[in-house]
Amino acid sequence: MELKPGFLSKNPSVLVFLLVLALFTLGVTLMSEAYGSGAISTSFVKTLGKTLCLCLIAIAMDLIWGYTGILSLGHFAFFGLGGYMIGMWLMYARTRDIVLGSLTGLPPTPQEINDAVATQIFGVVGTSELPAIWSFAGSLPAQLALVVLVPGLLALIFGWLAFRSRVTGVYLSILTQAMTLALSLYLFQNESGLRGNNGLSGLQNIPGLTADQDHLSVWFLWGSAAALALGYLLAAFVTSGKFGSVMRGIRDDEARVRFLGYSVETYKLFIFTLTAVIAAIAGALYYPQAGIINPGEMAPIASIYLAVWVAIGGRGRLYGAVVGAAFVSLVSTWFTGGRAPDLNLGFYTVKWVDWWQVLLGLSFVLVTLFAPKGLAGLVDMVQGLRPPKRGGAPLGPDDGSLQEREANE
Amino acid sequence: MAVCLALPAFAQDSVAPTVDNSPEAAQVLPETGLAAILGKHAEAIAKPSRRTIGPVIEEIGAAGEGAPEFLEAWADKRVGQRASDGRFFLIEKVADGYRLTDPATGADAGTAAKSDISELRPNSGVRGVIASALVASQLNDPDPARRQTALDSLARDGAAEHLEPLRASIEAESDPALRERKERLEGLLTLRFDADPAARIAAIERFSGDLGLDVRAALNPIVTTTRRAFAGSPEGNVAAVLRPGRQITAEEAYTLLVAQDLAPARLTRADLRAALQANLQDGQVGGYALEELDTPAARDAAYTALEQAGIVPAAATDDEVTALVAEHSFADIYTEPNADVTSAARRALDAIETKVGVMQAADLGLDALSLASIYFLAAIGLAITFGVMGVINMAHGEFITMGAYTGYVVQLLIPDYTVSILVALPLAFAITFAAGVTMERLVIRFLYKRPLETLLATFGISIALQQIFKNIFGTQARPLTSPAWLDGAWVLNDVVSISYIRIAIFVLALIFLGVFLFIMKRTRLGLEVRAVTQNPSMAASMGINPDRINMLTFGLGSGIAGVAGVAIGLFAKVTSELGSDYIVQSFMTVVVGGVGNIWGTLAGAGLIGTLQKGIEWLNPSNTLAAQTYMILFIIAFIQFRPRGIIALKGRAAGD
Repeated sequence: MELKPGFLSKNPSVLVFLLVLALFTLGVTLMSEAYGSGAISTSFVKTLGKTLCLCLIAIAMDLIWGYTGILSLGHFAFFGLGGYMIGMWLMYARTRDIVLGSLTGLPPTPQEINDAVATQIFGVVGTSELPAIWSFAGSLPAQLALVVLVPGLLALIFGWLAFRSRVTGVYLSILTQAMTLALSLYLFQNESGLRGNNGLSGLQNIPGLTADQDHLSVWFLWGSAAALALGYLLAAFVTSGKFGSVMRGIRDDEARVRFLGYSVETYKLFIFTLTAVIAAIAGALYYPQAGIINPGEMAPIASIYLAVWVAIGGRGRLYGAVVGAAFVSLVSTWFTGGRAPDLNLGFYTVKWVDWWQVLLGLSFVLVTLFAPKGLAGLVDMVQGLRPPKRGGAPLGPDDGSLQEREANE
Repeated sequence: MAVCLALPAFAQDSVAPTVDNSPEAAQVLPETGLAAILGKHAEAIAKPSRRTIGPVIEEIGAAGEGAPEFLEAWADKRVGQRASDGRFFLIEKVADGYRLTDPATGADAGTAAKSDISELRPNSGVRGVIASALVASQLNDPDPARRQTALDSLARDGAAEHLEPLRASIEAESDPALRERKERLEGLLTLRFDADPAARIAAIERFSGDLGLDVRAALNPIVTTTRRAFAGSPEGNVAAVLRPGRQITAEEAYTLLVAQDLAPARLTRADLRAALQANLQDGQVGGYALEELDTPAARDAAYTALEQAGIVPAAATDDEVTALVAEHSFADIYTEPNADVTSAARRALDAIETKVGVMQAADLGLDALSLASIYFLAAIGLAITFGVMGVINMAHGEFITMGAYTGYVVQLLIPDYTVSILVALPLAFAITFAAGVTMERLVIRFLYKRPLETLLATFGISIALQQIFKNIFGTQARPLTSPAWLDGAWVLNDVVSISYIRIAIFVLALIFLGVFLFIMKRTRLGLEVRAVTQNPSMAASMGINPDRINMLTFGLGSGIAGVAGVAIGLFAKVTSELGSDYIVQSFMTVVVGGVGNIWGTLAGAGLIGTLQKGIEWLNPSNTLAAQTYMILFIIAFIQFRPRGIIALKGRAAGD
């Protein structure tokens, strides 16, 4: 990626963001149990690493929703698919190592290894045959390619079908939600070949690595931070040039962009597929840290939460999405983890484990109503930016597109 | 001859009034009492043979009091003969011998030592004769209830020997219902057991097209087949010749040969491995190094080497298997030897299956209809808020849940189920109407210009409401019980049935449709709603208050969701997630049907219901798959009709 002169000056947030991210990663490393003082427990390092992955998918969501105006409720499906693809290799390779360690006597034939691995993995759903979709599970490069290819192809086909027939707005949202539901229902079946509702487990152990979880968690944090940094740069690059202008144009008035001669469908399809791939990569980094993946993670509600994070953080700016995802998911962890002190109202004690969802839901309503810019709006306030008041009647054609009160300012 | 000598003493104990006490008289007078008959035929009873026992059993069967019990006990090997006097007793094993019961009177006759009693053990032939005599006596019993019981047991496990007594009893049957049942059973037994093939075929043809499960149960054993291998051409009543590689795989064919001892067993991979493992010496097996043995070919070679050395038994190689399979022929053979009977049974079964298929289609249609009405109920409120007003209300599912919980709370307060449902329906409407109006006033009216954000805001309300339900009602399912008159099902025949509760839901859906149409087309409110949705500012300039109308419309849609919640709660589990299970389907119903048109919603619900049931029928074990494929179908459907089945045209379409 060759940076044109002016890339950084056009995106002042990039440098700040990268600096903050680097400092954060360094700080966590120095406080981790493996490489530093041990002030941060390994499980919290994992939580932070997972949060970085969520920030990455939030960037993808911001690209597709905040910049292009397509409220996709399906990106968590791509996230999950990415996780499943890497999970297949993790589970297969680890089981193969265990099987090889336990066999004695004759050296096993490839068929025997396959059968033993299949029995180990699929015994829980009552079969002992390796489904065809596991053909490449033994090879890391193949599965890494599938992390990108499977969600990418799904997004490409789905997006082509949806955009071609000009499904827009809320219809598209419902359609993507339906796609997510179909996918998660499909994966819930034992016949789908991905262990049904048991999902894939034991993913936190990386085959071939002898490092303990303390070190692994920090390595994954680094990996996630690097992916987030790259993702942020890519997103900043995509949104800053002419391409970004077209994206925003599609968001604000699709028909006008079409009449200007741009192929709106191609732009949408490209951005839909690109964000799906980013989401899949985020998922592939997330689930080895979570250790387990099951179809419940891909339920439509997860994708709606994703939209919630981006909206709370602030749509249409990249750092907004990151801040929103990090803020909401960390606060959520704090509240649901039982660490938040109970609120005693005298007549009723509010236990946050029970009431956090209510608080989240209501604050989401409030943000939508009163702070459409989300948390990132605070940055504008600090910088003294505020939108013109677009009240009053539109002026005549001679006075441009300003509204009455706007012109008076 | 101890038995003959004991006879007089036996007769003296008899309670039969017509039997004289003297032995001479016992020979002369007509025998009617059971004790007398037993005495007369003591030797035949003690050592029965199938050919000669018939008349004796007939006589016992006609003896009246105690006879059926005695025959039953005899067939069950619960009759013993006392060595001391040759008398027969019903015996029951106790700790150190037998407890005796007099067969004629049923009176307790004390106990006897083990050595004193010899148990009667009739062979199976004799037991068959006894059973048929027993059936005859029960079938002719004066008590209709006992005849009914006898028929029940015949229907359960009738056998060849029951045929004659059953036929004989039909003439004398006075009860028309029992007579009809006897004739049906006679037909069923005839087609299975009659000696004359022509009679069986006639019976089979009589039942052609009969939907009863009993007919299928009787016909199926006739057409059961066994798969067998033959050295020459297939023998017996051949159902189908199986050619290896076509109707049967070579692998299966060989397994069949092995099972019939026509070929040696094949070496399984596990056996091969075990054999090699057992002959491992100095890191070598049959001259092959251990490390080499990680391919099937190398292992085969090693085994062949062992075979040649005579260490392991010879196993069939692939060539031998192919040759053996080619030498033999394979066929499915009917267990029933008569070809005419089997083909008649096959034809009858085919006719029945066709008819069952038609009936199943009807049943499926009913199922689809009821599922469609459930979807319609869930979606009709949405058709108003989303379809008419264009507001995406993600909390719609929670309004359904709210209605269901209202029903639950009302049932806690009013124990009578019928009354509580009648109270719950309007109350649920009122509560969700109020909730809807509140939500519209506080949140939605600020977002009419930003439909996507309505989606997000109402989603926030949805998760908040869901958690509040959880906090109040807990996570476990709450019961919402339907009144007793809704229990049970309307059964048309063995195949087609529908539960009353589903009929009630169908009726409720129809009522909703009617109410909706009435409000929209015949009332002032409906007129104003249509005006506001078409053009708010024009409607406002005509003196309509759009704010008020929007509020009422939203309240109406929410209220209907509440009523639907009560109905759905009657058959689904009432949990805080009840509504969210329906929300995606409801949206799809509205979208597929076509936004802004109630007929579209109806069509959408019909399409989705039929589709889901249709796919479930193709793969009945898997409702998850059915839902998956249904959603995929809908995504594809949207490609061809992006605006739904019934699309608004022109200005009403709004773009």
